[in-house]
Formats: sequence, structure tokens, C-alpha cells
Amino acid sequence: MASLTHERWLTAAAVHGLLMAGAVFMLFPFVWMIATSLKGPDEILSGSLRLVPRGQLTAAVAGHELPLFDVRTESGGRRLARLKLLGESGVFVDPADPAAEPRPFPMAAARPVEKIRFYWKNYVDAWTAQPFGRYFLNTIFVAVCVVSFQLLFSSLAAYAFAFFQFPFKNKLFLILLGAMMIPQQALLVPNYVILAKLHWLDTFFALIVPFTASVYAVFFFRQFFLTLPRDLWDAARVDGCGRLGFYFRILMPLSKPPMVTLGIFSFLASWNSFIWPLIVTNSTELRVLQVGLSYFLADSGTEWGPLMAASTFTILPLVAGYFVAQKRFVESQAATGLKE
Amino acid sequence: MTAFARLRETARRHDLAAFLFLAPTLIIIFGFHLLPILFTFGLSLFHWDLLTAPRPAGGANFHRLALDPLFWKSIRNTIYYTAVSVPAGIVASLTVALLLNQKIRGVGIYRTIYFIPVITSISAVSIVWKGIYHPNYGLLNQLLAVFGLPPQRWLLDPRWALLAIIGMSVWKGLGYNVILFLAGLKNIPQHLYEAAQVDGARRWHRFRHITWPLLSPITFFVLVMSVIGSFQVFAQIYMMTPGGGPQDSTTTVVFYLYKVGFGDFHFGYASAIAFELFVLIFALTFIQRRVGERRVHYQ
Repeated sequence: MASLTHERWLTAAAVHGLLMAGAVFMLFPFVWMIATSLKGPDEILSGSLRLVPRGQLTAAVAGHELPLFDVRTESGGRRLARLKLLGESGVFVDPADPAAEPRPFPMAAARPVEKIRFYWKNYVDAWTAQPFGRYFLNTIFVAVCVVSFQLLFSSLAAYAFAFFQFPFKNKLFLILLGAMMIPQQALLVPNYVILAKLHWLDTFFALIVPFTASVYAVFFFRQFFLTLPRDLWDAARVDGCGRLGFYFRILMPLSKPPMVTLGIFSFLASWNSFIWPLIVTNSTELRVLQVGLSYFLADSGTEWGPLMAASTFTILPLVAGYFVAQKRFVESQAATGLKE
Repeated sequence: MTAFARLRETARRHDLAAFLFLAPTLIIIFGFHLLPILFTFGLSLFHWDLLTAPRPAGGANFHRLALDPLFWKSIRNTIYYTAVSVPAGIVASLTVALLLNQKIRGVGIYRTIYFIPVITSISAVSIVWKGIYHPNYGLLNQLLAVFGLPPQRWLLDPRWALLAIIGMSVWKGLGYNVILFLAGLKNIPQHLYEAAQVDGARRWHRFRHITWPLLSPITFFVLVMSVIGSFQVFAQIYMMTPGGGPQDSTTTVVFYLYKVGFGDFHFGYASAIAFELFVLIFALTFIQRRVGERRVHYQ
């Protein structure tokens, strides 16, 4: 019995160890992203692995801001300001005694004096380099429209499939099923052509309308409606409730769970969609966040501070939402695999 | 009965109002999903750049496709991508799911953490990983330096570029598959394990004879979804290697499709590629539905 307990305890520690290692692996890119976003360009270029950003202190000497170093001199360690670099050495001035003669010391004997400094300028630079405010608004607008219309259209269609009898019902169902298996990439070119003919290219219609129908959502709603008791429908009909009346007054209030699940799922899908907005929109006014980031990367590909800042403020809203509504988020994604 | 009376009878017995409710969804699905796929095949039989008139091409696009070395390279790259990312992803996520299924404290916190990459924007994450892989200031090379290992050029190196992107993709998709596997594991009745333990079965045997078989529907689902997903990968390649990678090593089929269709505006040729892709993915999806359902029912 003693050995059994010992084996279990060891296993628990090993489990935690492995899971923690995995958790570190999951999180380290975000930690590095935030740290880098707060570092100044000099610190980034030095490639330091420090997590807390630091900046070098300066001292004002004779009207100039000079970088401060702790230098090993013959009289011990002194805090000196560097006037200029001369090969492997620097010429230093004592800020406490600026009149004295500047003296050279090897840089190897000098260590920069640093304090913790958050380089918030990266965020300002990033936000102003591209119209991210506009990108955010566009993305939110598109996502809200897509989700609203998708939930409306899909629930109506599911309503029809779940409660009504009509000709071709099964055939239509199978056709929708087939449509669900068509990969988006195969549709890019012809849809582009269709949108061009409709003069919808570079408009919000192109970003929203094609996504207002979702076969997946129809099936999801239908599944849910089929779990509702049949008596509900019969009683309502007996009471003379019209088809739309039943939908709005009885069905919809009961449908909060699938609405929430599908709502989050569709919102995330719309927020994170990339290749479609990339293709159908061009102008800055319509650009969404994901595509905006790709333009930012193309334009400012070497400015890693602002790049990391942009990534941070792009990721933050959804992660914040995730922490608030965790269970719902996970459910919405898992539902894709487990609905059957 | 007159025809009109028959119609009225039909309208009474069936709820033709259903068509009104179905209309928005049906119109959009037909217009943007079903019609375009027919369109794709039609388009592939023409040369077209949207500006000038389309010129009939017959099978020329497909013929050219068969001889196109970059197309075949993109197929090879896609297969390589799938062959590495899918098993790696499944092994990693199954391992994590098995660990999370143990009775330890803080499972909720771990689950939260593992899921974070899944919901983050692919563009932003691509930028971060591009930074991590940076040959000079990137995190990875800095870490290697700490251990005395030589730096690599990662996304600029034809040997590493695709593998680097695979690493990032596995990292991003891990949490999603963990959730799926966890749900599958929870469905395995506990008493089977207890009975096995009473019979003296060791941990590995319990896994092989209870866990693995009962998990197979979920595993199969994850497998097919991962394969289909890996055939469609685009955003991270566009962000991290916009040119298609050193020596085209990260050019996948979808990337090539984008390049041909929306870079060079050869719509006919791109449609031929799209058609090939569609056939492939459709076949895979079909297989998944048929075999998957059969296996679930077998349970």
C-alpha cells in the first residue's frame, strides 16, 4: 500500500511537470511579444533575452544628454557619462565634475547604467503607422453583421426543416449537406468573379453577404430544435399561433444556448478570416484587422517593437473576452467536433 | 381535381411558407457555394484575366498544370506539411489530453492556457513567430546561443522554412485538439479501467486495449479534420514567407492558387488548380463522413 501511494504521488508531480512545461511552451510567444513590444529599438537590436525592458540612464553634461556607465577606474568604480566612442574605448566625463578633463577607458570596463523603462512609443508608432482604429471598427462591424444575419437566416431555415413538411425537403437537406463539404479555397476565384460582376468588390457587401448563410449553423439549430418537445408546437398551433409568431415568441427565447455557441463561433471565424478579405477588399477604408496587420508587416517589416505592439493590441480584445466567457468559447469550438 | 385544386391541396398539406424561411440561406448557398463550384470547372476551361474577354482553352490549363514544376512542388510541400503537422499535432494533443485527464488539481487553468493560442488572430501570431524565428534578434536563435548551439536562418533557409511554419501551426492548433480528445476520454466509462486494474493490467495495456480503441472515433475525426485543415493552410505562409519561401519551399497548393489567381490574375489556370484541390478535399470529407459514421455506429 505504501508503494502504491508513492507511485501515485510521483505520477502527479510528473504530470504537473509535463503540463507546466507544455503551458510554458504555449505562453512563451505571448510573453516575448509583450516584452519586446515594450523595448526600445536599441534593446531589441541587441537581442537580449531579458523579459523586463530596460533603458539606459543619461546625465546632462554641458547641455548634452550623455549615456551613463559604471566604469572600473584606478580609483574604484565611478559613474561616468560617455562623451564619444573611440574604437574599443570610450571617452568619459564625470557628471559631478564636468570641468575636469575627459578620460578614455576601455568599453570592456564599462557597464551601462539601466533602469526599468517601458517604451510605450512602440504602441503609439504602431497605432499611427496604419489606421488601426479604422481596422478595428471595420472588423467589428463586419463580424457583428455576419453573426446577426447568420443567426437569423440559419435559425429560420432550421425552423423550416425541423417543423414543416414541404416538397423536396430531403433533397434540399442533402444539397446543403453537400455544400458544407466544399472547401472555401476552391470558391475564391469564381466568387471573386461573381462579386466583380455584382460590383460588390471593395464593399462591405462582399465581406458580409456570402457569410450570412451557414449550413453548419442550420444543422446546429435544427439539431437543437429537434430536442424540443413536440407538444410545444402543437399547443401553439391549437392556440392559433402563426408560424412567425411561434418563431419569435416561443422558439427564439428558448434558443439562447445554440445562439450563444454559434454566435461566438461565427464571431471568431469572422474576426480571424484572412484570405477572403484579402482578396475582395483593397482600399484602406474597408480593410479588416487581419489584413491590416499584413500590410503593416509589409511596410514596417524591420520595426519589431511596433510590430509586437500591433500584435499585442490585436490579440488582447479576444483574449480578454475569452477570459470572461471561457466556457462558452471552448464550447463553441468543441461543438464543431462533437455535435454528431 | 383540377390542377389548381391540387395545388391548393398541396399548399394546405405542406407548409410552403417553409420556402420563405429557407430562401435567404438557400439563395446565398446556391449563389456563393454551389454555383461557384460549377463555375470553377467552367472557368478552368478558359484563359481569362478578368479585364479582357475570356478565350477558350479546352484542356490547356490542365495540360499546363500537369507539366508545371511549381505546381508539383506545391503538392509536395503540402504533402510534407500534412505528413509532419498532422501526426505531430495528434501525438502532442493526445498526450496533453491524457495528462489533463488525470485527477490533478488545476486542470481548468491548464485547459485555459492551452486553448489561448487557438483563439488568437492568425496574423498577429504569425508576426510574433516571424520575430521568434528572426535570424538576428529572434528569440529562438538567442536561446540556441545560450546553449552554445549555432543560429539558423529559419524562415530564410529552404531546409527549415516549412518546418518552422509547421511548428507554429502545431503550437496554434494544439489546444483545439486537446479539447476534442478530452471530451472523447471523458466518454470512456471509468469501470472499464477499474476492471482492468483488478485484472492486473499495467498502464500501457490499459491504454492500448481500452483508451485507444474507445477513442478511435474522435481520433479519426481529428485526423481527417487536421488533414483537411492542413491542405487549406494559407494565412501563416502569406504572413511569414510572403514570397512563397526560400526556393519556393513554403509554397503550398492554396498559396500557389492565390499567387496564380490573385498575383498574376490567371483566372483560368487558378481555377484548374482550385478544381484539383476541391476534388481532393471533397473526397477526403466524403470519406470522413462515411467511414466516421460507420465506426461510430459500430460502437
